[in-house]
Amino acid sequence: MAVEAGKRAGSIDGVDLQALFKEAGLAAFVAFGLAISVVGVRTVTIPGGLGLEYRWEWVVIAVAAVFIGRFVLAFRRETRSPARRAEREATMDRIGAGVQKVARIAGPLLFIFAVALPWMPFSNRYIVDIATLVLTYIMLGWGLNIVVGLAGLLDLGYVAFYAVGAYSYALIAIHFDLSFWICLPLAGLFAALFGVLLGFPVLRLRGDYLAIVTLGFGEIIRVVLLNWYELTRGPDGLSGIPRPSFFGLPFSRRVQEGSDTFHTFFGIDYTSMQRIVFLYYLILALALITNFFTMRIRRLPVGRAWEALREDEIACRSLGINPTNTKLTAFAIGAMFGGFAGSFFATRQGFISPESFTFVESAVILAIVVLGGMGSQIGVVIASVLLIGGTELFRELEQFRMLAFGGAMVAIMVWRPRGLLAHRDPTLRLGAAAKGGGP
Amino acid sequence: MSLAEAAPMSPKIVVPSGARPLLTVEHLTMRFGGLVAVNDVSFAAGDAEITAIIGPNGAGKTTLFNCLTGFYKPTVGRLSLDHGERQFLLERMDDFRIAQKAHVARTFQNIRLFPAMSVLENLIVAQHNALMRASGYSVFGLLGIGGYRQAESDAVDWARYWLEQVNLVDRADDNAGDLPYGAQRRLEIARAMCSRPVLLCLDEPAAGLNPRESAELNALLTYIKEKHQIGLLLIEHDMSVVMEISDHIVVLDYGSKISDGTPEFVRGDPAVIRAYLGEEEEDEIPPEVAADLAGEAPPGGEGEGR
Ligand SMILES: Nc1ncnc2c1ncn2[C@@H]1O[C@H](COP(=O)(O)OP(=O)(O)OP(=O)(O)O)[C@@H](O)[C@H]1O
Ligand SMILES: [Mg+2]
Repeated sequence: MAVEAGKRAGSIDGVDLQALFKEAGLAAFVAFGLAISVVGVRTVTIPGGLGLEYRWEWVVIAVAAVFIGRFVLAFRRETRSPARRAEREATMDRIGAGVQKVARIAGPLLFIFAVALPWMPFSNRYIVDIATLVLTYIMLGWGLNIVVGLAGLLDLGYVAFYAVGAYSYALIAIHFDLSFWICLPLAGLFAALFGVLLGFPVLRLRGDYLAIVTLGFGEIIRVVLLNWYELTRGPDGLSGIPRPSFFGLPFSRRVQEGSDTFHTFFGIDYTSMQRIVFLYYLILALALITNFFTMRIRRLPVGRAWEALREDEIACRSLGINPTNTKLTAFAIGAMFGGFAGSFFATRQGFISPESFTFVESAVILAIVVLGGMGSQIGVVIASVLLIGGTELFRELEQFRMLAFGGAMVAIMVWRPRGLLAHRDPTLRLGAAAKGGGP
Repeated sequence: MSLAEAAPMSPKIVVPSGARPLLTVEHLTMRFGGLVAVNDVSFAAGDAEITAIIGPNGAGKTTLFNCLTGFYKPTVGRLSLDHGERQFLLERMDDFRIAQKAHVARTFQNIRLFPAMSVLENLIVAQHNALMRASGYSVFGLLGIGGYRQAESDAVDWARYWLEQVNLVDRADDNAGDLPYGAQRRLEIARAMCSRPVLLCLDEPAAGLNPRESAELNALLTYIKEKHQIGLLLIEHDMSVVMEISDHIVVLDYGSKISDGTPEFVRGDPAVIRAYLGEEEEDEIPPEVAADLAGEAPPGGEGEGR
């Protein structure tokens, strides 16, 4: 195409500038349409009501940025040869493989670091809190990775299982007064059951259709939580969710007659850090269980069947793999880990409301999986640290968070659709010994 | 019209060589809206024999395979598979159950591997059901108890055996998608064989192969038939391959069966010659095919493959 265009007027290096201008102009036009309403007008409170503030200079900036950006992108696309592109793919693949290899050594170090974090000299309540949040997303990412990365089922409503886990934990804990360690598996089971119930009708759908339906289910769950007032107390949320105890020893300052608390049992002074550190270790353990489980199940027939289904469903059918059951197990197991994470969220916050389970949560979790590299465990860790830790640290730049987020996603989709660290090692090898046996 | 054709056919469908029929297809019809892709086809494929299905493009060969393997539900017809100890009516079974229970394996005209998985993993996935049972449906496998390790190492041995047969041991740990075309075709056959089928259906396995690869394929298919004593159903356009290795040929044209018999019989059948050398299609026949059909010996072939 570029060669043909080169014969026409107004071209450099065989690139048709006119076409590029047209393309960039079109993008700028769309940006203009969007920018007028999105950034051009802003509501401000003025004495006596709500007024409008016009920011035309921002519209100009946005349109110019889109025009230049699009032009540069298109120009590079035209001048870059496919060979260079393939080369870059190969380089990225090597980086992915390298990181995977480093991760095998760095993994234990990272683990030691994670265990030692609360005792580090620089650590404080704030850092442990952020680390807890990041670990929650790592766990959610690993859970969703089973569904999206391994089984290749694009689930846009993963937050539904997070919500089911959180609400079932809260309801069981409030109404039946059971301990955290009983409520947690129950909530996980409940979320898994939900996964099966939702999965059964929808898993016949493929690709985009599945994505849309799961998106819908995510919203349905939220709307139900919002409206089933008798059970969920709707928008008021559930409060007074019991806090976790250290094997029956609560973390509280006040000691009840005839029973111990954590600090009296161990004979130490009470500080509020104790609970925070405990919660941190709790989510660390839960996340590690998720990781361990995923690593292990990948090497089992069902894990290989998930990946095979992602690769080619028809071939799987021809080999006698029951696609519905196999996808259901992926869906249910992913949901179960979502449910565990939800329980943790409920017990950590002590209060939950449907507001915590909006579509944006699903999008963030999915972004973590996609950004990190589908199927890559270490990718999820890196993406969570970047996305959650990064945005938490730069909270002042609140209004640019989503912009950076969107920009990162677009960049990944353009340059590396399978994710940053999408590199896959075989789950078993024939081994060097067999190579001698060949002809 | 189809009734008129069906009437003179003998009620008992037999294999020309007199072998025990493994698969019996009776009055199979598949319609897509107004289009009749397979029209009242009946034949029997013998156990431990290679049955070739030939016919011009669009004759309905792949559609026949898709009916057999459950990907399409036939409009009319009965497909029975007789293992000896058990019988299966394939038209009533789901696609994956046909592979799982009736042990029919297949390959695809446009290769369908698991490209991002390694060659070895492709072959292990083919043994999914046996391994699932061995891993206690993942429960014991997760806990690391039971005989899963042993089962997996047996599965790897079986995979290695097939890799040796298709000459891919060296590439076992590479991604299937990175193999050259001919190797992918061989891998697909190995993968199908790893599922321990009693009937193997191959959709144009020689398509796109060079002459040397094609000769190796002939040897492989003959080996599978003789060593493993399973039935093979083979769709093929290359007449030299067909005439050399098949025991039985079924010819389809516009969805209907026009000839059925031993290679010698089909080669001399006027209906086949007419279909292939039909008035307007004359110039589309490659010279070597025309030569085969006219009765000359195929190049380097002994006809019976024995
Ligand atoms: N799913 C379908 N829906 C509608 N028509 C179909 C479908 N599958 C096949 N057909 C039609 O049925 C006819 C037979 O197709 P089929 O693929 O079985 O031919 P074939 O003998 O395998 O040909 P080839 O040698 O080119 O592979 C064709 O006319 C095709 O268009
Ligand atoms: Mg075909």
